[in-house]
Amino acid sequence: MSEPYKNFWAGVRAEFPLLVGVFPFGLIYGALALNSGLSTSAAQMMSSIVFAGASQFIAAQLLHESAPGLVIVMTIAVVNLRHMLYSASLAPYVASLSTRWKVLLSYLLTDEAYAPSVLHYEKEGVTPYGHWFFLGAGFALWFIWQVSTALGIFLGSAIPESWSLDFALPLTFIAMVVPVLKDRPAIAASLSAGAVALLAFSLPYRSGLILAALAGIAVGTFLEERKSPGGTLPPKGIL
Amino acid sequence: MKVWIVMLLGGLVTCGTRFSFIYLFGKFNIPEKMRKALHYVPPAVLSAIFFPELFLHDGALDLSFGNFRLLAGLVAVLVAWWSKNTLFTLIAGMTTLLLLQFFF
Repeated sequence: MSEPYKNFWAGVRAEFPLLVGVFPFGLIYGALALNSGLSTSAAQMMSSIVFAGASQFIAAQLLHESAPGLVIVMTIAVVNLRHMLYSASLAPYVASLSTRWKVLLSYLLTDEAYAPSVLHYEKEGVTPYGHWFFLGAGFALWFIWQVSTALGIFLGSAIPESWSLDFALPLTFIAMVVPVLKDRPAIAASLSAGAVALLAFSLPYRSGLILAALAGIAVGTFLEERKSPGGTLPPKGIL
Repeated sequence: MKVWIVMLLGGLVTCGTRFSFIYLFGKFNIPEKMRKALHYVPPAVLSAIFFPELFLHDGALDLSFGNFRLLAGLVAVLVAWWSKNTLFTLIAGMTTLLLLQFFF
């Protein structure tokens, strides 16, 4: 198997646990979008045009309430602000790619594609075919999102809630975060982000999530600065 | 018609936020401080996503033994720390949750 394909499939495999959790969400989205009065084609196309889980749920809800178009678009923008953090975090690793690749990978840059891809880059650094890993993870998620949306539209949310498959997502994030917590600043970043996320959970448009992420980043950076003032050596394996 | 325009603009905005820094990188000098800060994006943002799923029940903090997701999540943290394996962690957490739901 050629190098690009090897990397692509490694990305698909790394995405697998996340797909278990995403699948029921896609079903629920499909069913809910129809309930909010979207046509089958609009409900399905939203999953490929917008391709952002949380935003799609909110957009469907707002369309149902006949909110003004501008309000809906602005809401989508705010809900997606965290993607700027992902973009900044991955930018150094994809810097040498063509604009075409950058656009394609940006389109696929969801929470679930970001997590395995950034960890892969942090571990392996920039490799000649590392972006194929990113593509594999992103495409696997994209594909399952389209399929699960379609099934949700035609079958409704067919998986019983008691199976708790949605819990696969937080579990996979735990599996990805815990091994990264190698030093105090990283642990503090995780705990403070988590704590702020709990405190700010009820803020509208998922803005608590951004607040929490920024708090975690600030705490981690601050502790690292204090540990090595002047910032001599960057932590191993990063940028 | 409105639905399609909203979707199209929503898609552009979404892809735009994801493309933002990937596009800007290299066009400006990234300060050393920001490079360091970016290192904390994965633990911070992923923790911000999963903490509420474990600790909150219907939007309220739930630290009781009746919060099965918290218990299953703690098992997952231990397994992740010990095994560093995503699949083991997923299976351990799911099994714990389903067993708790089944027996209690």
